[in-house]
Amino acid sequence: MTGTVRILALLVVAAMTLVPFVVMFATSLAGPAQIYAGGLLPAPDAAAAADNYRTAWTNVPMLRYLLNGTVVCSAILVLQITVAAPAGYALAKLPFSGRPVLLAATLLALMIPMQVPAIPLFVAVAQAGLLNSYTALIVPFVISAFALFLFRQFFLSYPDEVLEAARLDGFSELSIVWRLMVPAAKPAVAAFATISIINHWNDLYWPLVVITETEMMTPPVGILAFRSTAESSGNLGALMAGGVIVTAPLVIAFLFLQRSLIRGLTASART
Amino acid sequence: MTRSSAETRARRRFGAVLALPAALLLLMLVIGPSLIALGLSVTDYRLGMDEVQWVGAENYARLIDDTGLRQSIVNTVSFVLVVAPLSVLGGLWVAVLVAGAGRLQGLFQTVFFLPVTATLVAMATAWEVVLHPSFGMLNALLETLGLPAQRFLSDPDLALWTLAAIAVWKMLGYNVLLFLAGMATIDRQLYEAAALDGAEDGWRRFTLVTWPMLAPVTLFVTVITLIRALGEFELVAVLTNGGPDGATEMVIFKLYQEAFRFFDIGAASALAVVFLLAVMVLSLAQVTLAERRK
Repeated sequence: MTGTVRILALLVVAAMTLVPFVVMFATSLAGPAQIYAGGLLPAPDAAAAADNYRTAWTNVPMLRYLLNGTVVCSAILVLQITVAAPAGYALAKLPFSGRPVLLAATLLALMIPMQVPAIPLFVAVAQAGLLNSYTALIVPFVISAFALFLFRQFFLSYPDEVLEAARLDGFSELSIVWRLMVPAAKPAVAAFATISIINHWNDLYWPLVVITETEMMTPPVGILAFRSTAESSGNLGALMAGGVIVTAPLVIAFLFLQRSLIRGLTASART
Repeated sequence: MTRSSAETRARRRFGAVLALPAALLLLMLVIGPSLIALGLSVTDYRLGMDEVQWVGAENYARLIDDTGLRQSIVNTVSFVLVVAPLSVLGGLWVAVLVAGAGRLQGLFQTVFFLPVTATLVAMATAWEVVLHPSFGMLNALLETLGLPAQRFLSDPDLALWTLAAIAVWKMLGYNVLLFLAGMATIDRQLYEAAALDGAEDGWRRFTLVTWPMLAPVTLFVTVITLIRALGEFELVAVLTNGGPDGATEMVIFKLYQEAFRFFDIGAASALAVVFLLAVMVLSLAQVTLAERRK
């Protein structure tokens, strides 16, 4: 293929990739008359656009969805790192007696899809009366086998000589963790954070299982609930405006953090 | 001597303390519940029921006997067989094109990156607008080409393939990024050496250098795509609810309904165990093949 043909082929695939983004945004700016007229894209209409975004913001508690998503994602991320980073360090550098067992358990857990433990966890959550709570949304994810493995691999490559030198200098094991390991782990934390936030902001499965009350919905569940009312009332513009509001934060944030995200995505490929 | 062995003991204890929370949570939230699901799959347990009966392999037999369940397995396998090759080979092809796009490389990479971060539920509703039978963009396009309009999501012969196409859209960008990252690690000198050996054109450079050097990445991308396609849930839940007429029922959606709508925990657990086995076989195959290459 010549250079021009290649670029043309890429442009076609890129255009197909962008179609739903363009349609979502264009529809969010149009009124019912323009949308139902058909054709390639509806014409924008300032008054209708303002109306769509106002409806999306007020007909459903959109701010509450975004807040729930933020609370749940941050809590999951902080707890995952707090649990997995020290354990990853221990797995890599400290020869404790249960180490081979924990490593084997981590590798086993890496293969277990969430839908399997989700069934008994749902029974437990329901019987504990914890449906429709932040606890139900957060707790099942505080341990991430991927994070454990990622931090172990990361600390494995940390030079032992530096640790020995610090010990000879009289560093306690605890201060080695705080003063050497925590700062050193920053790239691994950044890579993992991008993956974790994307997964949990966008997750539909588990929130759909444990949340039925509007006030506790995360953004994807909220959009799904909004859709059932917006479609019956023919208000597609407002639904698309809701989609834009929910999708934009991550897409915009990660456009600036592409490098860190790609490192996170490929971390598991390299191990 | 005694001092250093005391230090080693202290270090071991410290390691155990650091690892303990992770070990306990792994047991309580992942491995323990999975074993319980395995146990529940041979019972007739329903949520809210006091008595639990051992039913042996009955739930598993239903996966074959029950028309709906069998249909969901057949649909899932067809879906995977379409989605995986298209999004793996398509991803590789696009990545090779992007890598050769010169100054436009960064721009294209950003475009293919967008579906990775986007909220799929919102994007699926946007696809619904694109595919709408009366005012959707795709039918408008078909009409200008003189082709008949389609009911992409409500035609039983079409719906599953429509979902497959959207799944390829979703996975392609992710695979492109993984392949690009893999290609960035290939030593430039290999291409120069191949050129010296007379491999001038793009195709021969690809078969001599890119394809063999990317083999580990391709293996990983293939396995992760297969697993993600097998576990497809959101597209069904948002766009079709398994319809029309069960044409888009898939395993995880069926599992979801059995467990969380009908509270038939036993039947759902049997589906979960079958799904788990499929995922484990794929993961272990990847590890084994990757080790053999070393």
